Amino acid sequence: MTQKELFVQGNEACALGALAAGCRFFAGYPITPSTEIAEIMSKKLPTMGGHFVQMEDEISAIGAIIGASWGGQKVVTATSGPGISLMQENIGYAAMTETPIVLINMQRGSPSTGQPTRSAQADMMQTRWGSHGDYETISLAPSSVQECFDYTVKAFNLAETYRCPVFVMADEIVGHMREKIVIPDEIEIVPRVMPEKTDDIYLPYDAPADGTTPMPSFGQGYDIHVTGLTHDKRGYPSTDSPEVHTELVTRLCNKILSHRSEISNIETEYIDDAEIVLLTYGIPSRSALTAVKQAREKGLKVGYIKLGVVWPFPEEELLELTSNAKRIIVPELNLGQVYLEVDRVLGKHANVELLSKIGGSLHTPTEILEKIMED
Amino acid sequence: MTEEKTNRFMKYLRTERLPHIFCAGCGNGIVLNTIFNGVELAEKSFDNISMVSGIGCSSRIPGYVQCDSLHTTHGRSIAFATGLKIANSKRDVIVVTGDGDATSIGGNHLIHAARRNIDLTVVCINNDIYGMTGGQISPTSPEGSFATTAPYGSTDKPFNISEVVKNAGATYVAKYTTNQPVQISNAIRDGLNNKGFSFIEVVSQCPTYYGRKNKLRSPVEMLNWLKSNTISLQQAEGMSEEELNGKIITGIYINKPRKEFIDAMEEVVREHSDIDPDDNINKAYMGD
Repeated sequence: MTQKELFVQGNEACALGALAAGCRFFAGYPITPSTEIAEIMSKKLPTMGGHFVQMEDEISAIGAIIGASWGGQKVVTATSGPGISLMQENIGYAAMTETPIVLINMQRGSPSTGQPTRSAQADMMQTRWGSHGDYETISLAPSSVQECFDYTVKAFNLAETYRCPVFVMADEIVGHMREKIVIPDEIEIVPRVMPEKTDDIYLPYDAPADGTTPMPSFGQGYDIHVTGLTHDKRGYPSTDSPEVHTELVTRLCNKILSHRSEISNIETEYIDDAEIVLLTYGIPSRSALTAVKQAREKGLKVGYIKLGVVWPFPEEELLELTSNAKRIIVPELNLGQVYLEVDRVLGKHANVELLSKIGGSLHTPTEILEKIMED
Repeated sequence: MTEEKTNRFMKYLRTERLPHIFCAGCGNGIVLNTIFNGVELAEKSFDNISMVSGIGCSSRIPGYVQCDSLHTTHGRSIAFATGLKIANSKRDVIVVTGDGDATSIGGNHLIHAARRNIDLTVVCINNDIYGMTGGQISPTSPEGSFATTAPYGSTDKPFNISEVVKNAGATYVAKYTTNQPVQISNAIRDGLNNKGFSFIEVVSQCPTYYGRKNKLRSPVEMLNWLKSNTISLQQAEGMSEEELNGKIITGIYINKPRKEFIDAMEEVVREHSDIDPDDNINKAYMGD
């Protein structure tokens, strides 16, 4: 296989990324602006011996991918705000049962039905803790069509490594934008590992305090019981013991939080001497980088940090990268979500400022430059 | 000393999980026996059976069976089972659900799985009440019956689940009460052997909640009450709407095979792909 160049939209790049990562099962429900992903998967999967199923709603779509994951498949669904809202209960189920699943969320104007054909980044907090209970997930935010491909592959690898739901938090702009992408000839993928058979009692959830265990598939003789109830190391319900619950839920969070540096994916430009830092994720990064370059041409000490992974939030790296910053500007297509987390972590040593924009359009570089030029 | 006789189905249980959580006199034990019996009659093995359930008393059954079991969210068992079955269609999947789980919160998944005719065997234990939450009305509670959320008697119109599932497109549907374990076992056998969506409704007793609220306090009283209201499909044919009110109409509602969902899907796959879907079983564990 050789490297391939394509001119495609973000939705198609996500679909291609899923297939390149070894995904052969898609379940979904049509919703703007993610529908193209379902359409492309319905066309491609049958040509690769895979399965596509259009479910009756988003609740069943995520149910089906969780079921298929236990059936031994790498799985994905694609949706947008209203669909993500419907999926929340089963996102918590996947977190609790440590089921690897990938969800692509092409964010659109919201709340409610909102603006189906316009962009937003207003689901960022929901993707973190939208289901009930304490849990952690991983969220990636592509800012280009190339990243739609790369991050979707990465999402599958993270889902396998940490056995949790992983979100590709794209948006309407990047989903429908067309750009050239390069599909490398070799793609690193993380295969699932079948647990070793034991003569002792099999303990499917006997994991280290900050880790997980190899996941079996159904039908391999493990006789595993999978439940969303609080369960012991054997997987059996144990709903009355404070110790069992504390150990399980703490581990589900720590297996991700304690690896946030390994999971993080930070890109920087002009950061070494920066006094003003543009801290971005997703599509506003494109305008932000242009604005930073324009500011540098004016001789301003402005730097750029782009978070490829938003959750878990890379606290340590950001503290180090911004130690000399006086101002940190966070452009977001919402009324301030990730900004709150930036302020919590970096607000003690720098002035954290929100540059909010909602309504469907992206910040222009000029708007960001004007914000930089404010005293 | 009397000789202790072990139930022949004990070998199928996760005995380390006993005692179970079911109340004395609950119908779940009868149904579990019929599941084991039906599996044997169909000459199937739990080595090749996965069980899936939702939330509720009946949904706790798979957790006691020595096999791979997926205890999912309320109402969603059939959606999860759909993915599990497609991922590896070589394995049999039995869904155990209840009247609230399957027909209220999960009603949409039930009718669509029946429409698709996906090869699942669904055993629905219908006790006309929400047991796990302490006795509220369900979509099958008879009109006038009492529950903690129907203190003056239910004014809701119940539906006949089996009729709904049949009309949604299931290819095998049978309905019996816990008084008819032989018929249930045979229905589970036939459901497992039917390549398509099979639905076995078992009308069951909940003495703890339904019985307590409706002056049928003992399991025997409840079973007799079920028996006295049971008629066959043949008997129902000549009866008026009024006469049918409150009756449990038992028998085989439909047994009419048609093309199965995954078979149809994989025919298309084989037409368009050099890779056989079977070669993708457990694909997640493959390096590329």
